[in-house]
Amino acid sequence: MLLKQLSEAIGVSGCEDEVRRIIRENVEPYVDEISVDSLGNLITYKKGEGQSPLKVMLSAHMDEVGFMITYIDEKGYLHFRPVGGIDERILLGKRVVIGEKRIPGVIGVKPIHLLKEEERNKVIPVDKLVIDIGASSKAEAEKLVKIGDYAAFATAFTQLGSKVVKGKAFDDRAGCAVLAELVKERYPFDVYAVFTVQEEVGLRGAKVAAFRIGPDAAFALEGTIADDLPKKKDVSPTTRLGYGPAITIMDRSFVAFQPLVRLLVDTAEAEGIPYQFKQPLVGGTDSGAIHLTKEGIPSATVAVPCRYIHSPASILNLEDFENTIRLMKATLRRLTPEILQLT
Amino acid sequence: MIEIIKTLTETYGPSGNEARIRKVIKGFVGKLADEIKVDALGNLIALRKGKGGGKKVMLAAHMDEIGIIVNHIDEKGFLRFSKVGGVSPRTLLGNRVEFENGVIGVIGAEKMEDKEKTPPLDKLFIDVGAEDKEHCPVKIGDIGVFTRPLVVQGERLIAKAFDDRIGCAILIQVMQELDEVPHDVYFVFTVQEEIGLRGAVTSTYGIAPQVAVAIDVTRTGDTPEAPKMAVSLGKGPAIKVKDARMLSHPGVREALIKAAVQAGVPYQLEVLEGGTTDAAAMQLSREGIPAGVVSIPCRYVHTPSEMVDFNDVKNAVKLLKSFLTSPLDW
Repeated sequence: MLLKQLSEAIGVSGCEDEVRRIIRENVEPYVDEISVDSLGNLITYKKGEGQSPLKVMLSAHMDEVGFMITYIDEKGYLHFRPVGGIDERILLGKRVVIGEKRIPGVIGVKPIHLLKEEERNKVIPVDKLVIDIGASSKAEAEKLVKIGDYAAFATAFTQLGSKVVKGKAFDDRAGCAVLAELVKERYPFDVYAVFTVQEEVGLRGAKVAAFRIGPDAAFALEGTIADDLPKKKDVSPTTRLGYGPAITIMDRSFVAFQPLVRLLVDTAEAEGIPYQFKQPLVGGTDSGAIHLTKEGIPSATVAVPCRYIHSPASILNLEDFENTIRLMKATLRRLTPEILQLT
Repeated sequence: MIEIIKTLTETYGPSGNEARIRKVIKGFVGKLADEIKVDALGNLIALRKGKGGGKKVMLAAHMDEIGIIVNHIDEKGFLRFSKVGGVSPRTLLGNRVEFENGVIGVIGAEKMEDKEKTPPLDKLFIDVGAEDKEHCPVKIGDIGVFTRPLVVQGERLIAKAFDDRIGCAILIQVMQELDEVPHDVYFVFTVQEEIGLRGAVTSTYGIAPQVAVAIDVTRTGDTPEAPKMAVSLGKGPAIKVKDARMLSHPGVREALIKAAVQAGVPYQLEVLEGGTTDAAAMQLSREGIPAGVVSIPCRYVHTPSEMVDFNDVKNAVKLLKSFLTSPLDW
């Protein structure tokens, strides 16, 4: 299963090589051209069937949040900083792997037996944490790890029950796996499927890819926040697992092109595919960079709901995943130049 | 001009949903333009061709206004919401919002321990009078705006959304009164200014102007215990020197001052510590574009009751007409 392979691959923002290699192997047989740009975006081109003059960009980001080693101390502990948005509270005692050689390590934690009362409710800032790789000196550690190496959570992909899977980096390997499925078909128009880099550190890959391609419309495919555990108050769950693909209306990075949102909704209703709207103004995606490119590009974001993103273990529902693929395929079939004209 | 101002300020048009206000403005400027188009983000771009020998000039005012967006509807039919643009919770309690379909909502608050404290956004809700979730006439993603009629009280005008419908009204008035000038003038009514100057980013790229001027509101320092600022209502349009995100191009700034002097209108110089305008995005487009701002002094910006002085508005029209007849060389 490609989602498993992608989830277990390591690709923190700026070192997406392994993810890119896996995706390339999987999509190359289905596309007409494939290349890597100077930032590391994997750009594929698939010629259209010829009925439509449009040029459509589909994107999913390859990178995940993680860590970078910033300093190795005299005792051989690794000091590090987060790459992308990570909640410090979830780090204690977590297993990580470092660098290309996948050196295993543990983020150190003081045993509960020794905790003073006042320490129990305190969050330890990331600059006070270290990764322990079992080295007893700086020299020993430096044989395995160097400054600037990336570290990622060490999480095995697992099926939980019949419909749900657990893994790391579903944000956005879920989107990558959806996109890898979408490129297997040919559409009425030319499709540029782009697997972008550095989304988690500022939508950087998407920005240059969109400039190069200059598409008439763009869709970003994502793994997005589901906050659907029981709550005290009747407030938004952002999205919910099992309720279908999540369509963005507006987030912090962009306002989805309204006719594309309508097209997605109309398509879902016509095809009997469940869908939900993501809570407005939460998060941001590659669409934030894409829609502002050149003279502006009509853009939309469709996402697979995932619980616990940006943590060592996220959870998604495989029916949502399959329905995201179905919705996108059907929507692309219905996309015409007329839909993209505002008055 | 009051009729235009009334129509513009009372029309619905939050950031990201400008279709209705765009249609209204298109109705005003359609006949006055040599070419008109709507770009991919929804910016309305109206070109008045010059007689030749001039520059490509872009004047921009944003069509969008601040608002709130529904993010959840609870079982009892109450709405939870997020803000669209710089909305302060202080301005919300007891206020009314209007949705695109005409539904009016009242903003209420949960019980607060400290009654003196302003309830934060997550303690507020909107009541549209719905019986329950099923009968709620509003959906997730619908955007509401403040609802208030224009009030004309002597020379002072009070309305919601003077930011920046007053700029839009000024551009329309300039188009109506403008004689032939050497420059090709692009009158641009931008979208999504309040959520990040986004319409200005794409429209400026598309036009690639040689000179760009934004027309927008600015704060004043003339109310009781106001933060210090040397701009007052009624003392003329303000010519921006700097704000939080831009330094006006000295050439454009001086040309605006000269234009004010030639037109015989009073002006003020503006240094704004917080906030910015479309000009900040315009000046960084492509290889960089000389940009400036004509600001209309406005009290209570981003509340349902913004106040401007009509003389400042009329003088801004004169200033811009004078600016467009000058050679724009520096």
